[in-house]
Amino acid sequence: MTENYRAMWKDLGLDLEAHDGLLAVLGEAYQDIYLSQKNRPAGMGYFDFVMSEVHGLRIKELLDEKKAGRKIIGSYCVFVPEEIALAANATLVGLCSGADFAMEEVERILPRNTCALIKSSFGFKLGKVCPYLESADMIVGENTCDGKKKAYESLSDLVKNLYVMDLPQVKSDHGKALLKAEYNRFRKAVEGLTGIPVSDKSLKQAIRTVNAKRTAIHRLSALRKADPAPISGLDALLANQVFFYDNPERFTESVHKICDELENRIAEKNGVFPENTPRILVSGCPQAVPNWKLPFIVESSGAVIVGEESCVGERGTRNLTDETGETIEQMMDAIADRYFQVDCAIFTPNPDRLKHIQEMVAAYNADGVIHYGLQFCQPYLMESMPVEKAMEDANIPCLRIETDYSMEDVGQLKTRIEAFIEQLR
Amino acid sequence: MHMHFAGIDIGSRTIELVVLDEAGNIVSSLQADTGFDPMEEARNLIDGTRYDRIMATGYGRNLFEISFDASTVTEIKAHARGSRSYFPDAQTVLDIGGQDSKAIALFENGKVKKFEMNDRCAAGTGKFLEIMARTLGFDLEDFGKEALSVEKDLNISSMCTVFAESEVTSLIAKGKSRQEIARGLHASVIRRAAAMINRVSSEGDIVFTGGVAKNPCMCTLLERKLGRRILTPDDPQSVGALGAALLAQEE
Repeated sequence: MTENYRAMWKDLGLDLEAHDGLLAVLGEAYQDIYLSQKNRPAGMGYFDFVMSEVHGLRIKELLDEKKAGRKIIGSYCVFVPEEIALAANATLVGLCSGADFAMEEVERILPRNTCALIKSSFGFKLGKVCPYLESADMIVGENTCDGKKKAYESLSDLVKNLYVMDLPQVKSDHGKALLKAEYNRFRKAVEGLTGIPVSDKSLKQAIRTVNAKRTAIHRLSALRKADPAPISGLDALLANQVFFYDNPERFTESVHKICDELENRIAEKNGVFPENTPRILVSGCPQAVPNWKLPFIVESSGAVIVGEESCVGERGTRNLTDETGETIEQMMDAIADRYFQVDCAIFTPNPDRLKHIQEMVAAYNADGVIHYGLQFCQPYLMESMPVEKAMEDANIPCLRIETDYSMEDVGQLKTRIEAFIEQLR
Repeated sequence: MHMHFAGIDIGSRTIELVVLDEAGNIVSSLQADTGFDPMEEARNLIDGTRYDRIMATGYGRNLFEISFDASTVTEIKAHARGSRSYFPDAQTVLDIGGQDSKAIALFENGKVKKFEMNDRCAAGTGKFLEIMARTLGFDLEDFGKEALSVEKDLNISSMCTVFAESEVTSLIAKGKSRQEIARGLHASVIRRAAAMINRVSSEGDIVFTGGVAKNPCMCTLLERKLGRRILTPDDPQSVGALGAALLAQEE
């Protein structure tokens, strides 16, 4: 940390000793996993800085925004529309859910067979180590899977400002009507929180800001089609992870900067891995910071990840919100239309996801698919079977992985992933 | 001077070293217990062995690669390659070693098509059988023979080594036959192995490798369960090392 933030963390109510421990582990992991990579794009320096200040400078910025009258909203899911938060003078941030923390305490509240992501979000609260959560004026839960929707009932005992958004499970007219109604209810709630009503002007600007962020990520994704890959999957995942934390305008600018550099690299055939390195598409559950377990194993076993069919990845960033609406109603409709296309496994049936995986395999010229499932994540683990079947039918090698945030299975995962990569050669 | 190619399989229980000459004949085949210092054991094995190239496989492969000048290959590819040298048409391989088990389907050309591997725990592996043999007071070598000496198997429902052990203890307390319990334990491992094989391939002969393939009860029960022919190499434990040696030669 470049500045001393201890007083700030203390004011937020963090457990300083536990938080020091977390930062030490995070710093070490970042060193071993990220900084040890060779020939990284120089533009990744920005993301290294963001990560080194993820609990420092960025929190200070958020607290400064709060002082200036903005509100901070924390979210756990890509269904929470950032456009609405921004339009009502609030900042939306993703909340920590990518590492095990305070597990003994978590398992007093949640069953042991709850997925690592849900447990992690509780661990960060119970362990008092997430400054985003503690800075947030509103925390948004959402009725996605059964695990999450029931967990929010218990989370409401731990945080006083939880707002729960309902979500459809079927892509029908009724489903879309529900989503629209819920987004309007959310807009009212955010307006109530900030005291600033959404206007047609502020909503239009917010849509543009979020679309610009998505467009930058789309550009980055498209550059990953090149062989040799100009950027590692680890680094591209990091950019997708920082998407949820950073100041939107600065994020957009930084991603474009790195894209300019990658274009030069592609022209010079300067890859981070040699040409013809086996290319892998990862599909499945979200990989939240600092969950870098799978890409680290894959990319230290002789393959490169070229895309993430994931919430932290294309599922979250695919499609822009239509910017042409003039009235609030038109733009709210456009927002609902955009988010209604998200192909999350909570939907039944969910044929779009299968189609998207196949499209991504073709677009990124992937040699194989690794289906990443978090243990006990019923929706994605259920879908992993038909995904594998569809891949086999299309002669695309597919490996199903089921894991969590612990390190106990790394040896076996490495063997399976290395063997899968041998298959692709 | 003729070239020699070595393969070393550093498993959880044993280390095998196989050396081939240029014609692919086995020049030497050695084995040692892995113990608690696998690299020291590996060094003892390769000391005094002449080879020009070596390839490592098994869970200790990455450590070996760092300590010695070697390339590596996973057990999956190594067992696939080794099995093909015994049975050139093999398209399904089952390997049950000390701490993991794998079912591998091969293309006609011998390349790996698909595989399944147990995750995390020792259920259905050599370690499971070893602990159960000890609980029942059998030598590991006699365990399969004793289990085959009876026709009836007692149902053991738990695959977890810890839970199965307490299940076995309670069956012993009920005065049940040791042999029937042993057979039940074999049958439970076979159910798991058969399910794994069925996920990767549905027909044809199966090459059975790894230390557990030396157990006659496993071979018999597996053949009966699947109705497919089980082929066992002469030395099933060294198939991984042999495969690695062949891959070193072909590199």
